[in-house]
Amino acid sequence: MIKRKMEENFFRILMILSTIIVAGSFFLIVGTIFYKGVPFMNLDMITKIPGGGFYIGKEGGVLNAIVGSLYIAGGATVLGLMISIPVAIFINMYLGRKNFIANSLRIAFDVLFGIPSIVYGAFGFLIMVYFGIKASLLGGIVAVTLLVIPILVRTLDEVIITVPRELRDASLALGATRWEMSKVVLRQIRPGIFTAILLSFGRAIGDVASVLFTAGFSDNIPTSLHQPAATLPLAIFFQLGSPVEEVQGRAYASALILTIVVLIITVLSSMLSKRFSKNKIQ
Amino acid sequence: MQRLRLLKDKILSKVMLALTVLSVSIVLIIGIGLYYKSVPVLNSSSWVTLLTSSEWKPLKGSFGFFPFIMGTLWVTGIAIIIALPLCLLTSFYITEYAPARIRKILVPFVNLLSGIPPVIFGVWGVLFIIPLIQNHIAPHFVEFSTGYSVLAGGIVLAVMIFPLIVSIVCEVLNTIPKELKEASLSLGATKWETIKKVSLRKAKAGIIAATVLAISRAFGETIAVLMVCGNNAVVPHSIFDPGYPLPALIANNYGEMLSIPMYDSALMFAALLLFIIILLFNIISRVILARLERKLVG
Amino acid sequence: MTNNPHISVQHLNVHIGNQAILKDITINIPNKKVISIIGPSGCGKTTLLKSFNRLLDDTADVKITGKVLVDGENIYDPKAEVTHIRKKMGLLSQRPYPLPMSIYDNVAYGPRLHGNPKKAELDELIETQLKATGLWNEVKDRLHAPATRLSIGQQQRLCLARGLAVEPEIILGDESTSALDPVSTSIIEDLFIKLKEKYTIVLVTHILRQARRVSDYIIFVYMGKIIEFGPTEELLLNPKEELTKEYVKGFIS
Repeated sequence: MIKRKMEENFFRILMILSTIIVAGSFFLIVGTIFYKGVPFMNLDMITKIPGGGFYIGKEGGVLNAIVGSLYIAGGATVLGLMISIPVAIFINMYLGRKNFIANSLRIAFDVLFGIPSIVYGAFGFLIMVYFGIKASLLGGIVAVTLLVIPILVRTLDEVIITVPRELRDASLALGATRWEMSKVVLRQIRPGIFTAILLSFGRAIGDVASVLFTAGFSDNIPTSLHQPAATLPLAIFFQLGSPVEEVQGRAYASALILTIVVLIITVLSSMLSKRFSKNKIQ
Repeated sequence: MQRLRLLKDKILSKVMLALTVLSVSIVLIIGIGLYYKSVPVLNSSSWVTLLTSSEWKPLKGSFGFFPFIMGTLWVTGIAIIIALPLCLLTSFYITEYAPARIRKILVPFVNLLSGIPPVIFGVWGVLFIIPLIQNHIAPHFVEFSTGYSVLAGGIVLAVMIFPLIVSIVCEVLNTIPKELKEASLSLGATKWETIKKVSLRKAKAGIIAATVLAISRAFGETIAVLMVCGNNAVVPHSIFDPGYPLPALIANNYGEMLSIPMYDSALMFAALLLFIIILLFNIISRVILARLERKLVG
Repeated sequence: MTNNPHISVQHLNVHIGNQAILKDITINIPNKKVISIIGPSGCGKTTLLKSFNRLLDDTADVKITGKVLVDGENIYDPKAEVTHIRKKMGLLSQRPYPLPMSIYDNVAYGPRLHGNPKKAELDELIETQLKATGLWNEVKDRLHAPATRLSIGQQQRLCLARGLAVEPEIILGDESTSALDPVSTSIIEDLFIKLKEKYTIVLVTHILRQARRVSDYIIFVYMGKIIEFGPTEELLLNPKEELTKEYVKGFIS
């Protein structure tokens, strides 16, 4: 009996330790970023572009990366929505739920969801070469859109499924076409759409491998789709290894900005999804 | 008016169908595109040589992927060895022992971890893990280490897959009926014995699915690992050796890709390899999870 | 009637959250008899039963005060060893819950936990208990098959055999025949009647006919309080309390 108790206590301690490690690693990581990044944060950092070249120039900030990331993540999310909303509606409204094809499609999108971003980046690069697009804002948006579509489709699908059948049947019974009924459903799941947007934006803004080949990098803010664009993750990646302390500082500051943005997005989206399930029609 | 509405509906449904088909076929297009680009390098040597040779001399046209495959395996292996026990224990704690108050605080932080971009993990790896290995861990085992090693890659990867494993395992554990556990307790078992002998057995399939999914995630992770693993094209022989996983290979060399003949083909082949392996693992894990769900519902 | 009661409940109060589920329960459960707890749904019958083997401990937000003495020892004493207490009692729940292992391992589960039995001992013990619950002939050729392959009636008898294998003194049944067909139900009822030679049996049931058939005593619980306690025939045919009269009327034709 004592042996049994000792074994349980032993593992109980192990369990608590593991939990501390797993949950605590969040604090460790965010803490490190804040610790290193805060000293370099100032108004210049977010309002100026790097002076004297991003790798060795001591002046300026990371505005190029901030704007570039916003453009790419924003563009990709918008494009992605334009494709994913119709797809999600099609799967759910026009195909019915237990449909074999619908489920195979869902599996296909699940598979797409699991593909790592480097493959999307490599593929995006192939497309760019094929169409003669240079490393640019456009290239970055295309590659990130590919990355983001499965996320959007999956989130939207999960949300549409929660709409009770009766709502759909009711509007159909009133003589609506499937498209008109879909519009009703879309309005119903508006918070869910916001969640999807947040999730995909968060993923898009933080991803490296998809923009590595496709967006290029630049000290300047892009003024056209064909110019290369800097992004926060790449700004971190390229500037971290610089021997110049100020440049490293820009890397840490970028990391801090990126972390804060993503954390806000994550918290917002989980608040939204909780709110959403409370307001569902029962 | 009626006809217009119906027409609109019809057109839109065709448009949606087209978009759906297009999106799904992206999987195929990616596979075919990558394969097409890999053909040159596949023609230059047999695929057996490509996968087992360690000679990586792009200028000579010799591409042996073995070191990179091994690099990926080492880093992923270390990550799973670290993450699986920790995550299982954590999941047991969260579902069986933690009081509701603590559970409500803990779970959000595990989930927040999943939102952190990989490059941030990389920065943390460089700032925290590398010095840790170089100054505090390695000296006990080897003469000298820069800290840039497969161990560093494994640790960083492990932390990245924590939330994935914990969320799936917790979900699976929560589906075990309370009465089953009560049956074991009524026979005089302790909570831990119940976990060991009853819950683990019931959750086995789900744990395997979670592991397979985590492995496929780890295989594809690029940037975080790249920043800490040393990027040396040799086969690692110890956890303190540097490694060069496949994604890192692709990411690091895209610049030279177009200037050296067949280099781009080789890198696309690496991407194809990754794509196929991850696809397989993904499908396996989804199949396991789907069968589990059917057993519960049906 | 209650000399040397097996279980003696003294001023037991159970609160879950803000709700009082059991209010000031005081009752003595006599030795080696079958006692049925009856009453409307949601009135605390199952809670009372679960308080006997401390299965309530893990319920969220639970507060238990009072004493429950088994063989004279208070099971809610902070120094009491829970697994030891639970070993004294076997629980049969509403639906059978075979453990995810073979038939053999299900019955062997308890004995293996509490000791290091040799294979020969185990074999004998398992055969005895399976015979005691009437399962032996049906499963003796497939002892190592998964327990989930049995029919529901067989599974419930397996759970009973499993509970008996730890050599308890008390058997607790929580509406244990409600998921079974009539044949399996009567097999289990007969088993209860036979087992009371060796064990004290406390059953929760909402089937008055069943209570009448198997039990020696009946406890009537309503809104968390014990309204009446007495020998079966007396309580059912000649109830003393108004509430009891209301509940059992219509049963006696």
